[in-house]
Amino acid sequence: MDLCQIHADRCKGCELCVQFCPKHALEMSEERNAAGYHPAVLAHPELCNGCAMCAQMCPETGIEIYRRQKRARQDAANQG
Amino acid sequence: MTTAMNSQDGMKKQNGGSVAAEDLVDLKCVFERPQSLSDKPFHYCPGCSHGTYHRLIAEMIDEFGFMDRTVGICPVGCAVFAYEYFETDMIEASHGRAPAVATGVKRALPDRFVFTYQGDGDLASIGMGEIIHAAARGERITVFFVNNGIFGMTGGQMAPTSLIGQKTTTSVDGRDARATGHPIRVCELLSNLEGVAYMARVALTSPKNINTCRKYMRKAIRAQTEDVGLGLVEVLSPCPVQWGMSPGDALHHIEEDVVKEFPPGEFVDKLADPVKA
Ligand SMILES: Cc1ncc(C[n+]2csc(CCOP(=O)(O)OP(=O)(O)O)c2C)c(N)n1
Ligand code: SF4
Ligand code: SF4
Ligand code: SF4
Ligand SMILES: [Mg+2]
Repeated sequence: MDLCQIHADRCKGCELCVQFCPKHALEMSEERNAAGYHPAVLAHPELCNGCAMCAQMCPETGIEIYRRQKRARQDAANQG
Repeated sequence: MTTAMNSQDGMKKQNGGSVAAEDLVDLKCVFERPQSLSDKPFHYCPGCSHGTYHRLIAEMIDEFGFMDRTVGICPVGCAVFAYEYFETDMIEASHGRAPAVATGVKRALPDRFVFTYQGDGDLASIGMGEIIHAAARGERITVFFVNNGIFGMTGGQMAPTSLIGQKTTTSVDGRDARATGHPIRVCELLSNLEGVAYMARVALTSPKNINTCRKYMRKAIRAQTEDVGLGLVEVLSPCPVQWGMSPGDALHHIEEDVVKEFPPGEFVDKLADPVKA
């Protein structure tokens, strides 16, 4: 699963996520969403590190971010 | 509320970065829609920070655990439908009167968290008298103020906060101080009033500034919950459509020009332990 999940249906094509992604992992799609906007897409998932800069800047709150958890941390959390 | 996808599986296939594959057991959702934000898509124009500020308010309501005891007061302006976007009680006030409505709610129900959400036309033009007196009285309310230097909703007319030289539909050659005066700096003006417990201004132009905004908002909320006085956070916000700029250029314009007229920072902080936030 990609660390950056863009909800294309919420996107208004403002391009702020693309401009603020430090890894240049995002691009604007050629496709149109239901509202007629060109949504942002994670064109290069291998570059994405889940930093969430895109999600912070998205005025629509249309991006979810996931991060990898290490097993040690996960076990500690389970015990705690 | 958009529910996070179940990430239990699919995970072990993930590889990359410096984390070894066998160490990976789960993907944790670190950024999603706050619970206090409704599912409804915003009606705002592309790149408009009204949506960003709504999200930050919802994050705060979640963080403080106030979802079941919040009353928000909506303005007239582009955010007139703000009551659609929060999973809390909301009241629509007439233009500029949100601080008066908030005063009534807070005095009648002091255990509620009461906030107003107001644009610069709403707060600094038609409603200037209301905010000055609410601040002077030290009402225990929190004001989330959106300064985009224009009347967005009605078609881009000049606001009291428009910059000198700014072209709007009612200042087509640029705002002229001799004709229409100088921009009103709300934080500077109100910071003289004893009833103000916390007041700050920040530009919503980068992830770093958004984080600063969160810090300011926490304090403006504590000004109310710790019974110190009125709290206010002014955000410098873009109106890409009425400014005639792309969303990215509108943010650059704020960082280059708007901050010169409206310097960001904290203006009042009477909280007991200012460093805590
Ligand atoms: C009593 C009254 N006067 C005037 C108006 C027209 N009006 C609607 S919104 C608005 C200004 C909104 O500007 P602002 O508060 O800056 O909000 P923005 O749209 O920029 O977010 C005005 C003058 C009104 N609705 N009611
Ligand atoms: S999470 Fe960070 S790296 Fe990944 S797309 Fe968003 S901004 Fe780019
Ligand atoms: S910031 Fe949000 S609305 Fe703007 S292009 Fe990216 S996903 Fe779409
Ligand atoms: S007119 Fe301006 S303030 Fe109103 S929604 Fe559009 S961009 Fe935002
Ligand atoms: Mg305005």
